[in-house]
Amino acid sequence: MVNITIDGQKLQVPEGVTILEAARTANINIPTLCYHEDQKIKSVCRICAVEVEGQRLLQAACSYPVAEGMVIRTSTPTVLNARKNNLELLLAHHPQDCLVCGKNGRCELQKLTQDLNMNKPLRYEVETRGFPIDDSSPCITRDPNKCILCTRCVEACNEVQTVGTFSKQNRGYETVVVTPYDKKTVDTPCVGCGQCVQVCPVGALTIHDDTDRIYKELVGGKILVAQVAPSVRVTIAEALGEDPGTISPGRLVTAMKKLGFHQVFDSDFSADLTIMEEGYELLDRIKNGGTLPMITSCCPGWVKFCETFSPKELDHLSSAKSPQQMFGAVIKTYYAEKAGVDPKDICSISIMPCTAKKFECLRPEFHDSGYQDVDISLTVVELANMIKAAGINFKELEETPFDTPFGLGSGAGEIFGATGGVMEAALRTVYEVITGKELPRLDFTEVRGVEGLKEAVIDIDGLEVKVAVVHSLSNARDMLRKVRAGKADYHFIEVMACPGGCVGGGGTPVRSWKKVKARLDAAYELDKQLPIRKSHENPAIKEIYAEFLGEPLSEKAHHLLHTSYISRKDLLS
Amino acid sequence: MVENRYELTTPAAQLVEVARIAAPYKNKPEMLMNVVIQVQKVVPALSEAVAAVIAREMGISQTHVSGFITFYAMLSVKPHGKYIVRMCKSAPCHVRGAQEIVLALEDQLNIKMGETTEDGRFTLEYCPCLGICDVSPAIMINDKTYGDLTPDSVREIIKRYIREDV
Repeated sequence: MVNITIDGQKLQVPEGVTILEAARTANINIPTLCYHEDQKIKSVCRICAVEVEGQRLLQAACSYPVAEGMVIRTSTPTVLNARKNNLELLLAHHPQDCLVCGKNGRCELQKLTQDLNMNKPLRYEVETRGFPIDDSSPCITRDPNKCILCTRCVEACNEVQTVGTFSKQNRGYETVVVTPYDKKTVDTPCVGCGQCVQVCPVGALTIHDDTDRIYKELVGGKILVAQVAPSVRVTIAEALGEDPGTISPGRLVTAMKKLGFHQVFDSDFSADLTIMEEGYELLDRIKNGGTLPMITSCCPGWVKFCETFSPKELDHLSSAKSPQQMFGAVIKTYYAEKAGVDPKDICSISIMPCTAKKFECLRPEFHDSGYQDVDISLTVVELANMIKAAGINFKELEETPFDTPFGLGSGAGEIFGATGGVMEAALRTVYEVITGKELPRLDFTEVRGVEGLKEAVIDIDGLEVKVAVVHSLSNARDMLRKVRAGKADYHFIEVMACPGGCVGGGGTPVRSWKKVKARLDAAYELDKQLPIRKSHENPAIKEIYAEFLGEPLSEKAHHLLHTSYISRKDLLS
Repeated sequence: MVENRYELTTPAAQLVEVARIAAPYKNKPEMLMNVVIQVQKVVPALSEAVAAVIAREMGISQTHVSGFITFYAMLSVKPHGKYIVRMCKSAPCHVRGAQEIVLALEDQLNIKMGETTEDGRFTLEYCPCLGICDVSPAIMINDKTYGDLTPDSVREIIKRYIREDV
């Protein structure tokens, strides 16, 4: 412990902490911009400048470690002036169209201007970069002109996800965070995970907005059939200002009905369907000597990552479609038949925590119903924007259940949104199918939690099933390396591109590990509350197999619920 | 609008050579400078295709390679002339009259900064501090530096290069 003085307040803090961390323990709020609680210290924006006695110049509080006897002043006129000047210089390079920016109201730069009481015209002439807005990706929109060079996205894309879509280019005043050789995002290996959007403090990286397409469909006369992903019900309330981890499936359905969606179904159902197909595929591979380890394929970011960086390992991916695409195929075939409507009159919409799902919808493989199976994929944030724009008071809404026949999901489907959830759901079903006995305990806590790699060995009637769970693409890359080297001694691996799983996805409200953990807890809480917790016990699942699909892995199931993958290695050249 | 700096195709034979240079450094990103310097000797410029080959062979991302190339003034993404005239863009040269030197150079060679003469002999570029502020304003032509410049003296220097009297 060292003794320091901050703004006249004497403190004892552990050695090695930064001035910023020390100040926060004393409830002194030093403003920051490039600093992000889950990332490395960047120390580039110089907004957190403070005075340290004995130092000639101001120091950055985010990176300056405390030392015995240090005297720090965080709000002298010199400090406040320097912060304002640094901010003014940033603003002189930033477009001034805040009123019509997608980040309006959620922008960290904007908040800083309020906190620092910027109330006079800029003293510097505004000079922006003149880059075109890159809207080429169906997942994210890039406006390099708004970038303030905090490099949070560079860390997210290059270190957390190891995709390498963009990084700092050029030098000095010319520095920009762009793709190499000014490529369009769509021509880069970008997998659309949206983790860059999650950390961008300004409007430089935003979710590709598809809300206008929904409004168009609302007046177009089609039947709007929506499916809602498991993690949406634990993030939508947060996106509308409530606490992280607030569970609100009923209010969500009410809000969507008010917006004009005709049918609101629960993707927990198709998550259960995925478990049936994927679980039986795993059994088939184990029994008949198929390619092992089998790796999950629910996550479109991960699938594209594997297709781009490791196409030779595509055999390991389960051929089962993601829940979104299974539901898409089912809605335009089975549901259309059942409801007596022409599939061409259906507009199939998914509400997802995910930006990469927008790309998945457009894959040519996913037209098995004869039409594009899912027409539009909206993120939680976009749906929240629509709810706000419609003047719906989400907090006070009554609860409405999901529509039948796909309104019933099991707890197994519910935890798909959490890292380890797909694995746990699959194990619940695989165990009971192999043994024919009831599972003694439903909670596979070994595969829960936020460690990058989780491993477990499950004894299923003498068969030792070895499983692994990884999340974030850097961990997935390590796992791929093991698979390639033949050192991945597992039967089944779950991979999710986003850290924490879907609840930390690119389309969720701005994440931090603290919030993601609250969302994870909420997902497991929901699982506990549900009457049915195993996919194969879901009556809607039993019904669709009895009435329509036959059995898991049947020919019809293969046609509608399974897919194939392609190499995208050319994106690296 | 940002100009398109990257319209350049590199012949396949040169790309093979690039791959040969980069391949021994697989998974050694710290050797990138070494690789890029060698590569620059065999290609007219570090084009998109060149960066892709280096990235592939070294097992790093293309954005890593291009971020590296665009950071250093001595590495170039577009072809340049036989003589690269680099004007120091730092403050000491600026206050000692760099702008006049630039005007003289642009006038004499009839090109703007960043351009190459039609005959492919001269390229005008800015570069970061040359480290010879004591003789500012200063320029560097290929690997030779010239300081204490005036518009007249810089014209004389360029004339010698035009005559190949160097």
